[in-house]
Amino acid sequence: MSTVDLRFHPLRDSATMLRRNIRHMLRYPSMTLMLVGMPIIFLLLFVYVFGGTLGAGLGGDRASYATYVAPAIIIMAIAATVQGTAISIAMDMTEGVIARFRTMHIARVSVLTGHVLGSVIQAVISLAIVIGVALLVGFRPQASLAEWLAAGGFLIVVTFALVWLAVALGQVSKSVETASNLPMPLTLLPFLGSGFVPTDSMPAGLRWFAEYQPFTPIMETLRGLLMDRPLGDNAWLALAWCAVIALGSYLWSKRLFNREYAH
Amino acid sequence: MTISVSGLRKAFGEHVVLDGLDLAVPQGTVYSLLGANGAGKTTTVRILSTLISADGGDLRVAGHDVVREADAVRAAIGVTGQFSAVDNLLTGEENLLLMADLHHLPRRDGRRRAAELLAQFDLVEAGRKPASTYSGGMRRRLDLAMTLVGSPRVIFLDEPTTGLDPRSRRGMWQIVRNLVADGVTIFLTTQYLEEADELADRIGVLDHGRLVAEGTADELKRRIPGGHVRLRFADPSGLDRAMSLLADADRDDDALALRVPNDGSMRALKTLIDRLDGRVEVEELSVHTPDLDDVFLALTGQEKVSAR
Repeated sequence: MSTVDLRFHPLRDSATMLRRNIRHMLRYPSMTLMLVGMPIIFLLLFVYVFGGTLGAGLGGDRASYATYVAPAIIIMAIAATVQGTAISIAMDMTEGVIARFRTMHIARVSVLTGHVLGSVIQAVISLAIVIGVALLVGFRPQASLAEWLAAGGFLIVVTFALVWLAVALGQVSKSVETASNLPMPLTLLPFLGSGFVPTDSMPAGLRWFAEYQPFTPIMETLRGLLMDRPLGDNAWLALAWCAVIALGSYLWSKRLFNREYAH
Repeated sequence: MTISVSGLRKAFGEHVVLDGLDLAVPQGTVYSLLGANGAGKTTTVRILSTLISADGGDLRVAGHDVVREADAVRAAIGVTGQFSAVDNLLTGEENLLLMADLHHLPRRDGRRRAAELLAQFDLVEAGRKPASTYSGGMRRRLDLAMTLVGSPRVIFLDEPTTGLDPRSRRGMWQIVRNLVADGVTIFLTTQYLEEADELADRIGVLDHGRLVAEGTADELKRRIPGGHVRLRFADPSGLDRAMSLLADADRDDDALALRVPNDGSMRALKTLIDRLDGRVEVEELSVHTPDLDDVFLALTGQEKVSAR
């Protein structure tokens, strides 16, 4: 018998796992729909319920507030999508099929990259829907085509980083319930930043947190790109945060996946 | 030897699960590890299939060191665990195609292999339904079919029939026999003596992480003194009278029965009957040849491994 080919095929295996995850999404679309619905409900709430008052507070009206809040809602759509990632990773980990993958000669990381790629695709769809609804309710971006493309690329970078974080959180969760709660701060952090109101309206301690937490430069970068305004240091800060989150979470995830699980 | 294990040790914290296990499985044979829950069967399978590491021991599977050449071991083996390892959200067919893709079979070959396996495992009709709708027996068959997609030469089956109805169990046995006929080496754990007796070329009796006996089913049966005759009486006084006549009998007051060592030969039976005839009325007499339950009792001091 000839010697067995022991080379790994991470790209091919990742594509296989991606197909598996897309099948899951198509077969059970309820979670996807729920995760898209959440940011849309927040958008409608903030434009139609709070928008008049908040807009006036910022020296404008409901329509101008829609434009102000839309970037925060767009980032929130990413946070909601990755909450789904954590849930489906945690569900996977409770299933025996993962043990099967571990005993097979496959590129191990492909189990995770399949989820990551699937979630990025899901996020793109979700972002398109959320941006579409935002435009309908009064969001008026000023971006050129180049800025739109840059914003699109930037959103994918942010998604990529947060998805890896969710992959780690999903693995560290002992149950599916925990997995759905752990990424919750990601959905709340845009509130504690420049997403819904300018940070200078906040009390000192909170303002300090709001100015230095990662979501503020991320939202400001998106706002700058979509509103055709100077980005300042925000773009570099945001990309640096994303790089740190992505790399740290990737290493953490890989370590979690390779740990032995005894029960 | 396709599987060779020497000095395998594993502890989870303070709890010693495997305490110096040695075994060897030649190619194309079935080795059955027999033991009660908690004896260390599943841990052995998990270690040999590279899922968890051992604390010590020299372990080789399919010619490769399990620790240093885990990748080569994974390429050679197939594992069907105790807990179903199917993707519940996919259909049976999609599960098999997923395995075909992960084994890098060309698309057409993968489809053909999946169709073959669906037919072989009687899952053609269920093939397009999600695995979550399958019965226990169907799920177990799909599980094993997925293991076979890559045509592994060494297969680990961890309690493959636990929880199956008798018919599904026999079906699973036939599948195992067919695999062995094709030269596949099988390492099987079970808590059913009957299953080990039916399938295994060699049986290792595992108790508290140690092999307490090893051999063919016949060798193990020979290790215990012999069979016995069971006598049942209509009332306690009959039991008492018989007991006074038969010094070597064990009594079971609840069943009003005696268990008398006897090899079941005509001569031995006649001697026994002559001793009782005309003195005690015996309701029922039955002859028991030794089975693996007796072996287990003799070797481990436990009542029974199976609850059946």
